Amino acid sequence: METAVFIIKGELLMQSELLSMNGITKVYPNGIVANESVDFSIRKGEIHALVGENGAGKSTLMKILFGLEHPEEGEIILNGEQIQISSPNAAIDHGIGMVHQHFMLVPSLTVAENMVLGSEPKKGLYVNLKKAVAETKELAEKYNLIVDPTAKIRDLPVGIKQKVEILKALYRGAEVLILDEPTAVLTPQETKELFEELHLLKDQGNTIIFISHKLHEIKELCDRLTIMRNGKSQGVFNVSDVSEADISRLMVGRDVILKVEKEDADPGDVILDVDKLTVINDFGKQAVNDISFSVRKGEILGVAGVEGNGQGELVEIITGLKQIHFGDVRICGNNIKPLSIKEIRNLGTCHIPEDRMTYGVAESLDIEQNLLADKHDSPEYTGKFLTKPKVIRENSLKLIEEYKIKCGSPLQEVKMLSGGNIQKVVVAREFSSSPQLIIADQPTRGIDVGATEFIRKRLVELRDQGSAVLLVSADLNEVMELSDSLIVMYGGEITAYIKDTKSLNEEELGLYMLGINRQSPEEIGRAIHV
Amino acid sequence: MFKQKRLFELSRTILAIAIALLIALVTILFVSEEPAKALSTFLLGPLKSVRHFGNVLEMMIPLLFTGLAVSIMFSAAQFNLGAEGAFFLGGIASTYIAVRWALPNVIHPAFAILLGGVVGAVFCGIPAILKVKWNASELVSSLMLNYVALFLGLYIINYFLRDVNAGAMVSYKLAESSKLIKMIPGTRVHFGILIAVLMVVLVYYLMYRTRWGYRIRLTGLNSSFARYSGIKTASVIVLAQLLGGFIAGVGGSIEVLGMYRRFSWQTLPGYGWDGIIVAILARNNPALIPVGAFFLAYLRIGADLMSRTSDVQSEVVYIIQGVMIVLIAAESFLAHYRHKLVFKEARNRST
Amino acid sequence: MSNFFNIIFSVDFGYAVLRVTTPILFAAMGALISDKAGVINIALEGMMLIAALTGVIVSALAQSAGLGLLAAVIMGALVGMLLAYFALNLKTDVILAAIAINLIAMGGTVFVLFVVGGDKGISSSLPSLVLPKVTIPLINKIPVLGSILSGHNILTYGAFLSVYLMYIFIYKTPLGLRIRAVGENPHAADSVGISVKKVQYIALTLSGALAGFGGAYMSMGYVSWFSKNMTAGRGFIALAAEAMGGATPQGAMATSLLFGFFDALSNSLQSLRIPAEFVQMIPYLATVIGLVIYAASKTRQIKRIQAQKERDAQL
Repeated sequence: METAVFIIKGELLMQSELLSMNGITKVYPNGIVANESVDFSIRKGEIHALVGENGAGKSTLMKILFGLEHPEEGEIILNGEQIQISSPNAAIDHGIGMVHQHFMLVPSLTVAENMVLGSEPKKGLYVNLKKAVAETKELAEKYNLIVDPTAKIRDLPVGIKQKVEILKALYRGAEVLILDEPTAVLTPQETKELFEELHLLKDQGNTIIFISHKLHEIKELCDRLTIMRNGKSQGVFNVSDVSEADISRLMVGRDVILKVEKEDADPGDVILDVDKLTVINDFGKQAVNDISFSVRKGEILGVAGVEGNGQGELVEIITGLKQIHFGDVRICGNNIKPLSIKEIRNLGTCHIPEDRMTYGVAESLDIEQNLLADKHDSPEYTGKFLTKPKVIRENSLKLIEEYKIKCGSPLQEVKMLSGGNIQKVVVAREFSSSPQLIIADQPTRGIDVGATEFIRKRLVELRDQGSAVLLVSADLNEVMELSDSLIVMYGGEITAYIKDTKSLNEEELGLYMLGINRQSPEEIGRAIHV
Repeated sequence: MFKQKRLFELSRTILAIAIALLIALVTILFVSEEPAKALSTFLLGPLKSVRHFGNVLEMMIPLLFTGLAVSIMFSAAQFNLGAEGAFFLGGIASTYIAVRWALPNVIHPAFAILLGGVVGAVFCGIPAILKVKWNASELVSSLMLNYVALFLGLYIINYFLRDVNAGAMVSYKLAESSKLIKMIPGTRVHFGILIAVLMVVLVYYLMYRTRWGYRIRLTGLNSSFARYSGIKTASVIVLAQLLGGFIAGVGGSIEVLGMYRRFSWQTLPGYGWDGIIVAILARNNPALIPVGAFFLAYLRIGADLMSRTSDVQSEVVYIIQGVMIVLIAAESFLAHYRHKLVFKEARNRST
Repeated sequence: MSNFFNIIFSVDFGYAVLRVTTPILFAAMGALISDKAGVINIALEGMMLIAALTGVIVSALAQSAGLGLLAAVIMGALVGMLLAYFALNLKTDVILAAIAINLIAMGGTVFVLFVVGGDKGISSSLPSLVLPKVTIPLINKIPVLGSILSGHNILTYGAFLSVYLMYIFIYKTPLGLRIRAVGENPHAADSVGISVKKVQYIALTLSGALAGFGGAYMSMGYVSWFSKNMTAGRGFIALAAEAMGGATPQGAMATSLLFGFFDALSNSLQSLRIPAEFVQMIPYLATVIGLVIYAASKTRQIKRIQAQKERDAQL
């Protein structure tokens, strides 16, 4: 990238940065620091990659730039002038457009209608559809983003929808385009096409911010990149100056905050046995592709990987939330295909769900009732007709104490608790059923340090007592600290099996997570125990 | 905190009622020549004689049943409005037994009431099945089925039970053995009130002390969570509506056997809709259903007395009802104060 | 049986179908516009009732049918705004708020009727007016068809015109486009600076106005008086008609005509020796059956698409 030098009114000015965000700090109401004094800048006409793990703070940074979030500190400079971006509309006025991961399109409307929505050209009382179509066509041709302006969005494949989103931003005068993981939903062919289009956009003077996890894509497409980790920028680099391994090291490196003391595992019999599992998700995409592994009594098997690489679907199948799959899943030797959620739970399975507010609690119900959900009909808590309030109360008091749930009384509504305490309610309920198999999906996401430490310790204790644990986490600290062994998932497949987590360094892990390296089938096959 | 929240909910309810009453009072002042008399009859009339207070209790009985029925269905987050039709058909079914069958004393009404309940359950079960099986809106289908229930019931009366010598379209006289005995001298308060009280207790226990009630509540509050916990939500949804229909049907039977000599409804009696009001007043809590039912019955009787003794019509209560429902159900009504309350609590806790 | 066909294939029957379809059609258009904006309006029944009474009172007082109609429509729109206020500002569940409006309408109309007309059942003491009937030149000369199509109340033509206007409004105007966007994907609308709340306010107000036309027709066209609860569930039937019509103006018109057909049938068959109650049940039963067929076909369609996708993915 060459830097232009201008002399304006005798003043030497490095006109290199089109837009810069300086010292951005964003603290969410729950106390999580998403961005900490982040500097980020882009030059006119470049494709700038923004990379980082889940939760590294890149989405927050982009939300701030697009006016969806407001920072506590920091300034945004556009063309040398400080600007305020109070809303998406303000961002659009400043020529900043965003293509969200979830498309902001109206399915039953045509491409042209979606394009002009909110600023429709008029002919008398009517929408001037002819003009809308013509403008869409013109814009599409200019940027070589070929779409049929009269097609309905719902009939279009994902790749084309994305083109419409890009066009929508351009139609509103965007010169800086933020693309949030645009290739996550695309096929390789569509990705190739997108890259060509982005190059064309760049050649015409537009600037693109490209958020991605896929390093080879960044290598192929981008000029510079900014790496984020734990809410901080790790620096800006020319893509040509850094190797994939460098990027991976900077991005996946971790700061060990919490150490968990644990003995080596002493694995016993196989409890969970996943055998050639393939899952097709609701969008018809093969989310899990022919994977096999097993988890034994007394061990924690971690599942590492960038989110959205099939972990969610894997958990849904094992816990019975989703039923249709190919291949077999056996828990304590029982094939779960015909089993209901209840029957799977009765095999000794418990589940800490990823989305605790949807699956983990009923927020307007009190703590006691929430603690009862999975065992409300067990003979321990209910007689032939009536429940046993005394036993239930004893149980809830015991769990509140044991799990240090901070609350006024067991009758307090769950929604009045902090995130960490809500998660403790979930964990207390699930762990108290003396589980054979624990499925822990992001068990400490978004909660405070104290609760995190507590839950992690608990997991190790249960392992020592003989539970088999499958730990799915996008938090590297967590998987590396807690797991005895781990598998790495990428693109719905297992790319590595690490028998002893302690032998692994994060650099190596990063290469597997981002699909740069992959073990041989024999090595991966070691994840299956008999 | 939960105590404060209850206090808040209570004061919110009272304020909503107060606003509704105020609107009614202003209306009365506006239309009446003798507003003082009208007002005092409206507010105090029911207390002035045993008979009038008895009227309140009589009116409470059907409201208790439909209020319970609706509260169960709403607890499962099902907007089934079929309590109206179930109540009506329950009355028809028990009329049939009361007119056509000869049974000994206690057994006669018991059987009639039971049949009424079963008919009501089947009736409210239809929208439930349609919803679970084909995802047809239980709201619209139950509304339509209410009219079907009306005409079906009238057909049965007209073609099978009609006493042609009676002049109007009414059934034959109900057999004496089928009727419910009167409980309080000087009023028409009948044995049904005991059944209603029993039902309140039963439903309370069902909802808060049994696994089935737990499942219904959990499914209504967060069906994803209920499913995750291993609950079969589809069957819970059907169960709630069968139960609701059963109770509404029982209510209709008891109303007919307790209050009438012949079946004489020509239209839907409206107790199903009233049940919605009662359930909303009681926040779907069975223990509070009697409070809501008493309140509504008191208003109705007060308004009735007012219309008989003054120039103001009883329909003024509909305005009160409407305003109450809206304000009580309004999340944002006084939400500002609630927010302050939560905030204060959070600060207290943190210090 | 031949009697039955004599009735259905008579000119009178054809005329009656259009006559009884009118209020359902107006209300179905009201249901359509609010549904398009993503808010279900089950208060149509109450709105019609209130408008029907307003029309009678104002036309009687002003001795102008036109003013009566205007007042009815304005009243409907106001009630629509009230519903919007409850649902969008006070955040009352829109179904409960609508139930409240229906209850207020049921009792309130009787109350007002008594205050104004001195009777709780019917408005016969009020000298209210009816809206004129229109004979369409030329068309009225066509045999059979002319007698079916011509000579209806002006609002009957208005109802069918409203279908066309609704079509234009929803599919051709900027506001229509925005309404559809808000109903389908409020986030998308929001992201391009459209106020979701404002659009829903407009939709509910229009929905009320359309119900107002339907109500005015009931008391100033269909019959010439107001009587207690005279809408008899037509607002609810309209909801079902709109859902079954696939949420399009033309579809809703077709299903409204279907329900009009059954309604007219139930009126005509009363002369036959079929129990009157069964006959009266027909429109409601037809609605339930129609709703189920529609919902079932929709779930089947979704399942088919899913199955197709799974097959594709396996290949």
